[in-house]
Amino acid sequence: MSNRKVVLVDGVRTPFCRISSEYADLRSYDLARLALKGLKEKLALDENPPDQVIMGTVISNVATSNVARDAMLGAGFAVSTPAYTVTQACISSNRAITNACDQIMTGHAETVVAGGVEVMSDTPIGFSKAFRKRLMALPKAKGPADLLKIFKGFRLSELKPQQPAVAEFSTGLTMGEDADQLAAEFGISREEQDAYAMRSHQLAAQAWAEGRLAEQVLTISPPPHFRVLAEDNTFRADTSMEKLAGLKPVFVKPHGTVTAGNASPLTDGASAVALMSAGQAQRKGYRPLARIVDYVYTGQNPRGELLLGPAYAIPRLLARQKLTLSDIDVFELHEAFAGQVLANLAALQSRKFAQERLGLDQPVGEIPLEKLNTGGGSLSLGHPFGATGARLVTTAAHRLHQEDGQFALVAACAAGGLGSAILIERI
Amino acid sequence: MAYFEIEQQDEIAVIWLDQPDSKVNTLSARMLGEFESLLDKLEQDDSIHGAVLISRKADTFIAGADIEAFTRMKSSEEARALSEQGNALLLRLQRLNKPVVAAIHGAALGGGLEVALACHYRIASTGDKTVLGLPEIKLGLLPGGGGTTRLPRQIGLVKALDLLLTGKNIYPRPARRAGLVDELIHPPGLLQAAVAAAREGRRSKPARLPLWQRVLTATPAGRHLLLAQARKTVLKKTGGHYPAPLKILEVLQTGLDEGLEAGLKAEGRAFAELHASDAHRYLVRLFLAMQARKHNPLKVSFQPVEKLGMLGAGFMGTGIAEVSIEKGMQVVLRDLDHARLAAGLKRLWQDLGRKVKRRIISDFRRDELLSRVHPTVEVQDLRHCDMVIEAVFEDLDIKRKVVAELEAALPEKAWIASNTSSLPIADIAAASRRPEQIIGMHYFSPVPKMPLLEIIITEQTAPEVQAAAIDVGIRQGKTPVVVRDGPGFYTTRILAAYMNEALELLAEGVPVDALDRAMKAWGFPVGPVALMDEVGIDVGAHIGRGKLTELFAARGIEGRDTLQKMEAQGLLGRKNGKGFYLYPKRGRKRPNPALQRFFPEANSNPDQSDWQWRLAAVMVNEAIYCLQEGILQSAEDGDVAAILGLGFPPFRGGPFAWVDHIGAAMLLQRIQGFEQRFGARFRPADLLVEMAEKQQRFHPQ
Repeated sequence: MSNRKVVLVDGVRTPFCRISSEYADLRSYDLARLALKGLKEKLALDENPPDQVIMGTVISNVATSNVARDAMLGAGFAVSTPAYTVTQACISSNRAITNACDQIMTGHAETVVAGGVEVMSDTPIGFSKAFRKRLMALPKAKGPADLLKIFKGFRLSELKPQQPAVAEFSTGLTMGEDADQLAAEFGISREEQDAYAMRSHQLAAQAWAEGRLAEQVLTISPPPHFRVLAEDNTFRADTSMEKLAGLKPVFVKPHGTVTAGNASPLTDGASAVALMSAGQAQRKGYRPLARIVDYVYTGQNPRGELLLGPAYAIPRLLARQKLTLSDIDVFELHEAFAGQVLANLAALQSRKFAQERLGLDQPVGEIPLEKLNTGGGSLSLGHPFGATGARLVTTAAHRLHQEDGQFALVAACAAGGLGSAILIERI
Repeated sequence: MAYFEIEQQDEIAVIWLDQPDSKVNTLSARMLGEFESLLDKLEQDDSIHGAVLISRKADTFIAGADIEAFTRMKSSEEARALSEQGNALLLRLQRLNKPVVAAIHGAALGGGLEVALACHYRIASTGDKTVLGLPEIKLGLLPGGGGTTRLPRQIGLVKALDLLLTGKNIYPRPARRAGLVDELIHPPGLLQAAVAAAREGRRSKPARLPLWQRVLTATPAGRHLLLAQARKTVLKKTGGHYPAPLKILEVLQTGLDEGLEAGLKAEGRAFAELHASDAHRYLVRLFLAMQARKHNPLKVSFQPVEKLGMLGAGFMGTGIAEVSIEKGMQVVLRDLDHARLAAGLKRLWQDLGRKVKRRIISDFRRDELLSRVHPTVEVQDLRHCDMVIEAVFEDLDIKRKVVAELEAALPEKAWIASNTSSLPIADIAAASRRPEQIIGMHYFSPVPKMPLLEIIITEQTAPEVQAAAIDVGIRQGKTPVVVRDGPGFYTTRILAAYMNEALELLAEGVPVDALDRAMKAWGFPVGPVALMDEVGIDVGAHIGRGKLTELFAARGIEGRDTLQKMEAQGLLGRKNGKGFYLYPKRGRKRPNPALQRFFPEANSNPDQSDWQWRLAAVMVNEAIYCLQEGILQSAEDGDVAAILGLGFPPFRGGPFAWVDHIGAAMLLQRIQGFEQRFGARFRPADLLVEMAEKQQRFHPQ
């Protein structure tokens, strides 16, 4: 990579909240705005305005299709700062961050704000294609004869609201079905999945209790109720193996292994980070947390390898940087499903996977659990699609300081069979 | 022609209004003179088939009449002549057989809107600065250029009454809905649209009214009913102290019953009568005094405030934040915990929400405005502020601690304003390392509504801090009045004297509601007792324990401790629903029966005029003390502050104007009479005695 170093000054996020809870009245624009405003205030970015704002999102609202622009304006950033929105499924804000890195490394920008947002409570629900076709033809109608023609063959069933499903477009499978299948393929039992989920919830509760997350999370009081929110409402400190075992499989019935308890919940949230060239950070008197060293994106077959992104991306990034897993002190893996995390860990340890899928002689190695997601993960903290990447990066950087490490590795899978890995080094 | 420039676009004459050497266009005798020759040209030039009236000024069409010229008019004959001249011209314009289109961008107020109303078609721009209205009533006048007569013909009597009797502004979209303008367009397209409309010979049609209005206003009987109802409301609201609204109703009736020309004639007569009224004289003087205070009198250079720190997210703090962000300032809003901040943010959001609902601003604009508020619990977040206003609890020790804390966090050049209502600023500054950077900024609640800012300077306050504070006030849309430091400064001090006298009257057995009614009849918007409930009994009691009481005691005045006793009983006023009055959740307030514990039931003083005289005299006498002691820098300051801050009856011109009006000797005689009855409370100020002896006035005749 180029010799212009990119540093992460700091990052923030809103509390992550379960769908239709605290943020039920908000749009993605609102939550993105609050995250951007919080970052601006925390880092006095009104004194040092960014050159670009990039936000990731998945479910976009037609009214704010470039939500980055609308939200940054609503957050009071300068109109002269350009802004755009990226989408790459669950790694959208990873993409926002790495695009920012590219812009800084190539000298196109000194400061970039990157982040992401998802307000699943505001998922647009539409009419069926058949009915929309009729609606679009309406303005052209001249007279009752045309109207009759347009509504010829109309059926009431066309009016049924169409809610977008979390399903893979190319395969038609829901992601839960894929996770169920992947867990089975790697021999991950229901108990192992539940145990991993419980670990995630307990670690999240512990991290909150010990104050390790508070500095990454904004205290906000969003309209219209202005209730003060300072903590995620997604994790369950009191969960137990018994409770988890009692849940029924949701995607593959009756004998699948993925349940609501070992899958990440539908979540609303927004996150943002400030990235600068090392020189800029120094000139402006910031003390950055970490350096963004390198990143890779990978593509796999959505049929069967949909959620194996980390297992592909991690070895490729390590190879680029001539590092091994043992050089990494902090791992932040996106937890879409407990089965998916465990399958990826298993794949990395598998000689067969290394040889057949990665073209390597030796297995990549083991990610020790004590270095992995020590403050919880998407299972417990929630997973607002577009916002998770920036959460992972911010948390990884903070963990490098909390846990006194040098390198952190952030990895995630995404719909479409995509993988992302980002390497971070403590400053 | 100096005021008009004609540019011919084929057969359409585009008439550019451009008053020389002025930022705005105003109506004046000279302008009307030129207008006359313009009309001649329009009538006679056959190459002209129509005309467009448009302004060259950035943000005004015509801002109204030249108010100062009004004050120079010596006789009501002159005023009448001006009205008649204007009306004759506008009638000629209306009867011109070529279409004239008013292209309105910016303010079209008073005479400006009257000119537009005489045109045949009106197009308004949707620009932020476009605003229409007939605010004459606010100056104790009526629209005398045909506005009173033409408005109901254009938009119906019901809507016309609303605009004429309130003088309120109306913005482009509501104006279009009301039928006041015929068409809207974005500012850049205004000229082209107006030329096209003139070319097509478009003519405005009266607004289509709802059926009930058409039925009600179709017959004289219906109209009279409506006007009689309006008259009742007016009398109730003004106590009969203001002649203008009544004249407006008369002229409306004449115009509707007897036709346009009779209406215009009546306008001229009424305009002349009102021009000669005291209410008009005092309201204009107040207007000019307020205008004068919109310019910073200090010529020292200073750093204009861009980022303002606000300590305390209560009612006051959010009010100050609101008027600051609307004028482009950034605000760091600090309070001790997030719950208070959230409550403050909610209040801000809801306040701006009223504007969103009335479509004055968009939802997005509200977000953008609120993005300028940085809520925080960390005092360190104030480090980028140019100044900080503290609105923490009214306690000297707390304020001193806060000042020390702020000085540690703020950059050297940042200054601190205390929003105290009674604590001497010098006492607060005594704890400061940089006392020259401490100033008082006394805002009035609710801040977005109340126009006064009382700025308090100490011996040490640096001129550049004073200049910057005045600048902040002006930008926040306030009328700043600078006073010198002392217990209660000016407004709180004269209010305290007045309130104390009200307590004395209650102690004589005067019923609370009767006393309030009496002072409302005298012209105050709220009676003294209801005001104590609004301010808060605890606040009043707290002030009563402070330095102000020492000041009065030194003159031999013993304050009553009723407020402290009431506070101890949990009677806090409006805030907890029980004070002098009880405030039920539903229904009207009523006198609190618990007051029997504090006041006698039998009224030993049934003379209402005695109450009024005593209350007025005690307040005005205290105001004269303030002038004499140099707390006030001028009598005009005292008048402006009492009217804007305390609701002193505007038609009386303020405490000092009122003394001039009744005569210093007459007032002195009254006060001396009261002194004999009540002692030190009515010891006349030396200055009053002197003025009475020398037969002097506070304001020039």
